[in-house]
Amino acid sequence: MIGPGPGPGPGQAPALEARGVELSFGPTPALRGADLTVAPGEMLAIMGPSGSGKSTLLHCLAGILVPDRGEVLVDGRRTDLLDETERSALRRDRFGFVFQFGQLVPELTAEENVALPLLLGGTRRAQALETARGWFARLELDGLERRRSGELSGGQAQRVALARGMVARPAVLFADEPTGALDSLTGERVMDLLTAAAREQGTTVVVVTHEARVAAYADREVIVRDGKVTSLGPVASTTTSPGQVQR
Amino acid sequence: MNVPLTLLGLLDREPSHGYDLKRDYDTFFGHDKPLPFGQVYATLGRLARDGKVVVGEMETGAGPERKQYVITEQGATEVEAWLTEPVAPEPHLQTVLFSKVVLSLLLGRDAEAYLDVQRAAHLQRMRELTEVRRTSGLVDALLADHGLFRLEADLRWIDLTVARLDALAAEVRS
Repeated sequence: MIGPGPGPGPGQAPALEARGVELSFGPTPALRGADLTVAPGEMLAIMGPSGSGKSTLLHCLAGILVPDRGEVLVDGRRTDLLDETERSALRRDRFGFVFQFGQLVPELTAEENVALPLLLGGTRRAQALETARGWFARLELDGLERRRSGELSGGQAQRVALARGMVARPAVLFADEPTGALDSLTGERVMDLLTAAAREQGTTVVVVTHEARVAAYADREVIVRDGKVTSLGPVASTTTSPGQVQR
Repeated sequence: MNVPLTLLGLLDREPSHGYDLKRDYDTFFGHDKPLPFGQVYATLGRLARDGKVVVGEMETGAGPERKQYVITEQGATEVEAWLTEPVAPEPHLQTVLFSKVVLSLLLGRDAEAYLDVQRAAHLQRMRELTEVRRTSGLVDALLADHGLFRLEADLRWIDLTVARLDALAAEVRS
C-alpha cells in the first residue's frame, strides 16, 4: 500500500494534515486512524463509498468536527486543540466552503450571500458588496446579483455558493459533493470555474466526491474505506502520449 | 481477452490437461465465445516453445493419450506481473479487467490491490482527458468526453466489484 500522499516539498509545512484521526458517532466508528497530507496549492479529491467516512474526514480537517483521537494540523499547527471560538475564527478567516446544495441564505440576495464571509470578517458593507459583485462576471452570473436563492437555477445557486466560498480568498476551499445536485454539463461548468479560480488564487482545495469525473479535476485522489485513507497515486501514465485523444 | 495469459493463469492454479483447461476457460471466461480445441492446443504449444509451460507425464489409458501441462517459473512470473499491472485505460476493457479479477480470486491473490492500481491508472487517464477538454477545441473535447464516459463506466464497475469481492471469491472458489 502506498503512503498517505506525496505531501509538501522539503522545508514546506503541509497546508493540511491528519495524523491517526479517530472519530465515532456514539458506538459507530466513522474514522479509524485516518492519515492524510495535503500540500499548499494542491487540489485533492477524497473518494470512497457512501458511509466510508469521507465527509467526516473533511469536517475534521476543516475544524467543524473535533476528533476523539489523533491530530489535525493547518500549516503545521494543531487545530484539534483549539476551543470552539478559535475554530470558528479559523473557519471564517482561513477556509471557504461549498456544499452539495449550495446552502444559500434564502432571505439574502445573491450578492449579499457572496459578501457574507467578508461581512462576518469585519469588512464594511459597501466594500464587501463591491468585492462580491466582482465575482458575478467571473462565474458567469451577470445580472443575477439581486436575485434570491429561490429565483436561481441549481447551477446558478451553486456558482453563487462557489463565489461565497472564494470571496475572502481562503487558504483552503473545502467542497463536499459540489456537483452532486447538478446535471453533468452544469456540474462540469462549476468544476471548470472552481478549478480555474482556485489555481488563479493558489488556493488549496479538498473536494469530497463519489464522481470520478469530478475527481479527475484534482491533482491527486485518495480513497476512504472503513474510516482509513488509501492513497492511489500519482501513477505514471499508461498511454504513450499524455493528453492525446484517440480518433 | 488475452487467451495465452489466461490459460497460463489457470495452469498457475494446478497442472492440467488441455481438455480440462478448455472446460475451466469456458466456465469462467467463455460464456459467449467458447475456446475452440484447436486454439487451446496451439496456444499451449506456443507457451511450451517459449518455456512458459512444460509437458508433464503422458497418461495412457482406454482413451486417447493425454498430456499434462505444468507452468514453469518463467510462466508463473509472467502471470504474477500481468495480474498486478494496470491495463492501459482504453475503451472495451471489460473482458481484460474481468479476467484479471476472476483469475486473481481463483489464485488467492489480492484482487483489491490490483483494482486499486487499475483505478489509479483510469483516474490518471481521466485527468489527462479533462485537461484536453479544458484546453482544446470542441471537436477534441467531444472525443475526450467519449473517453471520459467510458472510463467512468469502468470505474463504476471497479467500485461495485470491490464492494462484492468477498462474495465473488466465495463463488469462483466453490
